[in-house]
Amino acid sequence: MRRRSGLAITALAFGYAFLYVPIAILIVYSFNDSRLVTVWSHVSTRWYGELLHNAQIGDAFFLSLRIAAVSASASVMLGTLAALAMRRGRRFAGRSAFEVLVMMPLILPEVLTGLSLLLLFVLLGNFFGWPSERGATTITLAHITFGMAYATIVIRARLSELDPLLEEAAADLGATPVRTFWRVTLPLLMPAVLAAWLLAFTLSLDDVVIASFVTGPGASTLPIVIFSSVRLGVSPQINALATLLVCAVALIVGVATLTLARAKK
Amino acid sequence: MKAAGRLTVRARGLVVGLPFGWLVLFVLLPSLIVFAISLVEPRLGAPPFTPLFSHGSGALPRFDGKLDNYLLIFSDSLYVAAFLSSIRIAVSAALITLVLAYPMAYAIARTGPRWRTPLLMLVVLPFWTSFLIRVYAWTGILNSNGLVNNALRHLGVIAEPLPLLHNEFAVYLGIVYSYLPFMVLPIYAVLERLDWKLLEAAADLGAPPWRAFLRVTLPLSLPGIVAGLLLVFIPAVGEFIIPELLGGPGTLMIGRVLWTEFFSNHDWPLASALAIVLLVLVLTPAIALARVTRRPEDAA
Repeated sequence: MRRRSGLAITALAFGYAFLYVPIAILIVYSFNDSRLVTVWSHVSTRWYGELLHNAQIGDAFFLSLRIAAVSASASVMLGTLAALAMRRGRRFAGRSAFEVLVMMPLILPEVLTGLSLLLLFVLLGNFFGWPSERGATTITLAHITFGMAYATIVIRARLSELDPLLEEAAADLGATPVRTFWRVTLPLLMPAVLAAWLLAFTLSLDDVVIASFVTGPGASTLPIVIFSSVRLGVSPQINALATLLVCAVALIVGVATLTLARAKK
Repeated sequence: MKAAGRLTVRARGLVVGLPFGWLVLFVLLPSLIVFAISLVEPRLGAPPFTPLFSHGSGALPRFDGKLDNYLLIFSDSLYVAAFLSSIRIAVSAALITLVLAYPMAYAIARTGPRWRTPLLMLVVLPFWTSFLIRVYAWTGILNSNGLVNNALRHLGVIAEPLPLLHNEFAVYLGIVYSYLPFMVLPIYAVLERLDWKLLEAAADLGAPPWRAFLRVTLPLSLPGIVAGLLLVFIPAVGEFIIPELLGGPGTLMIGRVLWTEFFSNHDWPLASALAIVLLVLVLTPAIALARVTRRPEDAA
């Protein structure tokens, strides 16, 4: 028994070290003063200072934030409707086609999603004059499409756990289906809706490939700026930016998880 | 299906129609367009491809689609090699991920219930932090002037830096690192529900632990293993960022070739044909995945 727990601890220690050491190294080196990223000189916050004055990264950051917030919100609305259609609705014509389509964005390679949406926008632009140019709007539409798929999965899982008797009781007490949804189903779904929003938000904030295809001149999101910079090699400013992003996400996800866990009790 | 929660006809139309309409417009239609464009030829201009239909002599428009792009893909050794090496890299990386993930999932499943949630959260947390940044983190570690090489040189183990970055090794590392949570979670989900009394029974019947593992635990965790392998293979085979940042110039992967055809060569039709072949490549494992992970409630 002892030997087995020794093995288990080794497996876990190795696994977690593999997952976290690279990020830890990145964070440590973001405080390195040297321009040569891998040569340690001394501790400084120099690159954080330069980062604050980098207008290109600043603009890209706020553009990405806006796209992520709008697309995450639309994703959870569509995802909630899709989950309701799959779990609460009657069977309808094309339901299996619907279930397959919902999952498609999760399976399709990013390069295919990006290319296909670009072609759609080009043809729509040619035939209908809309979108007249590609940029923040087309990126948002693309992000809603994959965000919705993730949101549907998260919300549908929660919906499956809900006791249908609660909704039935509301209906017996005379609530219309729409009122039942707002007063009973949605409040019960809220933890999943928030989790789905957060997931869609972080995925949007992270997307390079799809955004690269559907963007146009002048709309560079943060991941596109980061990607074009790191393609050329390691950069101390990107290390500082990466540190800030990783810490922000860890903090938000950590707080959200704890809050949701407490709410469940 | 219970009567509760059924919606009135109009509200129901909206509930189904809005997401369905969105998916048809932004998933189904674009995929069909990619297929259509894969049948035409590139040209200079906007859009940079020839039309699929042209005005023929009769009243009906003439269909101008050709399979030339596909013939090129299957006859040109570069594209064939890219597909084969994508499959090879994705399969091997998935197997390496399995070797690393199985002991982790097993260990988490065997710890006390109090520890399981935080341990699982630690596996999932990196998935939330930027994929791009996690891949980028390895470039600083592996490059010829990076942490590993500097440390080894300092210790006098090597004189010349080892070529750790910009090769296939780094691509494997990147895939295993990025998709490890996808393997741990399904295996854990199966092991968590495993009846450990079966192992006691095997031990009582005289099976040594390794034999009990091979004959009982492993076969019972097979659905989780298969799901994990597919969950790693599907995104890995079409991966672009990992081979671009960690791979060398010779690391051929189809996502990267497609990117080059589109962004550098501006050959949209050929990129479309590559995308269709890639789609066929992920569809088979995706269908297998749907079967493995199908829950009883979905079957109804």
